[in-house]
Amino acid sequence: MTDNRTPLVEMRDISISFGGIKAVDHVSIDLHPGEVVGLLGHNGAGKSTLIKILAGAYKADHGEILINGERVEIDNPRDARDLNIETIYQTLALADNLDAASNLFLGRELLRRGFVDDAKMEAETRKIMSRLNPNFRKFNVPVSALSGGQRQSVAIARAVYFNARILIMDEPTAALGPHETQMVAELIQELKAQGLGIFLIEHDIHNVMKLCDRASVMKNGELVGTVNVNEVTDDDILSMIILGKQPAHLAA
Amino acid sequence: MSDAGLSARVATPRRSIFETLELDVRLLGMLMAFAAVAVVFTIWTGGTFVSPRNVFNIAVQTVPVAIMACGMVFVIVARNIDLSVGSMLAMCSAIMAMSQTHWLPSVFGTEYGNPAILLATVLIGLAAGTAMGSITGWLVGYQRIPSFIVTLGGLFVWRNVNWFTTNGQSVSLTDPNLLMFGGTEGVLGAPASWSLGIAASTLAVWAIVASRRNKQSHGFTVKPVWAETVMAGLIVGVILLFVGWLSRYPIPEAKLKRLFAASGQTMPEGYTAMHGLPISVLILILVAVAMTLIARKSRLGRYIFAAGGNPDAAELSGINTRLLTVKIFALMGFLCGLAALIAQARLQSHGNDIGMLEELRVIAAAVIGGTALAGGIGTIYGAVLGALIMQSLQSGMAMVGVDTPFQNIVVGLVLIIAVWVDILYRKRLGLSK
Repeated sequence: MTDNRTPLVEMRDISISFGGIKAVDHVSIDLHPGEVVGLLGHNGAGKSTLIKILAGAYKADHGEILINGERVEIDNPRDARDLNIETIYQTLALADNLDAASNLFLGRELLRRGFVDDAKMEAETRKIMSRLNPNFRKFNVPVSALSGGQRQSVAIARAVYFNARILIMDEPTAALGPHETQMVAELIQELKAQGLGIFLIEHDIHNVMKLCDRASVMKNGELVGTVNVNEVTDDDILSMIILGKQPAHLAA
Repeated sequence: MSDAGLSARVATPRRSIFETLELDVRLLGMLMAFAAVAVVFTIWTGGTFVSPRNVFNIAVQTVPVAIMACGMVFVIVARNIDLSVGSMLAMCSAIMAMSQTHWLPSVFGTEYGNPAILLATVLIGLAAGTAMGSITGWLVGYQRIPSFIVTLGGLFVWRNVNWFTTNGQSVSLTDPNLLMFGGTEGVLGAPASWSLGIAASTLAVWAIVASRRNKQSHGFTVKPVWAETVMAGLIVGVILLFVGWLSRYPIPEAKLKRLFAASGQTMPEGYTAMHGLPISVLILILVAVAMTLIARKSRLGRYIFAAGGNPDAAELSGINTRLLTVKIFALMGFLCGLAALIAQARLQSHGNDIGMLEELRVIAAAVIGGTALAGGIGTIYGAVLGALIMQSLQSGMAMVGVDTPFQNIVVGLVLIIAVWVDILYRKRLGLSK
């Protein structure tokens, strides 16, 4: 892709090790506004670790992160949020014992005279949910009582409500049925159209071909390569994941 | 449930009266258990159990454990435990006993009993508790030592630092201003108690109305007016009954004569006065209300429950969970200091064994009150009610002549049964596997 605009996100030469094991080894990736970049690789390839560095859950040993061309320090999840980076984790970072509104606003509660304003937060949650998942009804029960898709829509609503510009989705459809997967796919298209940049960690190659503009493949902590999805076939990407090599017709 | 979309569904006719009232079933269960204990002992003792005098005594004896149980709810909700609260109570008590009788009088050259010294003592005691709690919280939150270990260590350490603080001696406490915190020596009297009761009732009704208005302003369906009225009526009824009952417990004539003599007057013939609300119980009520507000309506409380429900989620939501742990234990320590003040004032002395085994009662009160050891679930009112149920059981058994060892056996069994019933209930509702 010949894109000369300043990338929304640039992660340059990122490395991190845990106890001598290089989980991410000198990896550089970037993301433009209105673009979906897929991150692929086997379990343990380093995708989630790389993305957690951007989300502030881990701190890189080496390398730098640029947002809109400016160098930033992301030391913790709060810093990431301040930069409008929102993350939807694979493990669904929801507190099971709290209701949807409390989870949506967790860490950013709406206050009224110094106390949390539950009624206001519930009203806001109802508003955003009527847009994202009109069938959502369970506002007053702990999220442990919700289905996988309903929980996922709470997690997505959180990112959307707070005007994320950069969205990280770690296997957003892993726990979902076909209908709910379709719902998430449509949502990704809509967010993309609004100009958000999305990093999508995904195992399902069909979802990658359908949803992503580019795909970055990792193996053993290293970046195998980044390809434009419309220039390659599923087999090309699969061979990158398995063999850890760029396809011959692209390597040239 | 105030679900706007729900009203259209056909399921509405099957709503039970409890759902309409939005009464917590668990609370209802505890109230019924409490009522059962009260009824059984009332019949067994021929009415003495519910006499104003005995109700007063049970209330006063419940206070220290109940105050600490409020803090324990937060500790357990955040997936920790504090086994050192009894020892921290003893340590705070030792510091307060020594500072009011020895340290402060010798530093400032004032007599024991000077109100300024008592004020300084109370502040020192509360600060000491908060500091001890903060140390625990730092070791657990920042150094990642399991709270069970840190506080088990604390149980030994503070209990014995306490011993050294007083050189193993009991300290007799006679300052009348201090003894005000103990119960019988510090009561508000009937008129003040009634005024407070009426004020509290007004406040409760106002809170219900305000919450209803706030919900309506966002367009949610609210409970029917009759349901709100019944709830408000129940709350006001309980407040006024409690206050009214305590205001029927007369202060003995001999004591009144002494009080009049102390202020240089003679008691008029036929003069009577009632105990009313003890100051210590008032403190407990204030603590419980404040802690409930923190739990339900503050960010701190929301974060404590979030951290208990899913620590990773809390961390990833940008909550500083380490500092949160320090705050939780510091609050626990502060409440230990407050409980120490009330306990030593009630006993009118500081002894080495003050607060001994209290940690187990405190944990039991929280757990009987519905706090789940797995974290994430618990209520303040439940913990206070738990403490009250245990104290009532023990007091009732003592009245009918059950031996102390057997009393403790019963309390232990009640703890197990309470949790067992809760598990069965949750299984039946499908809340857990």
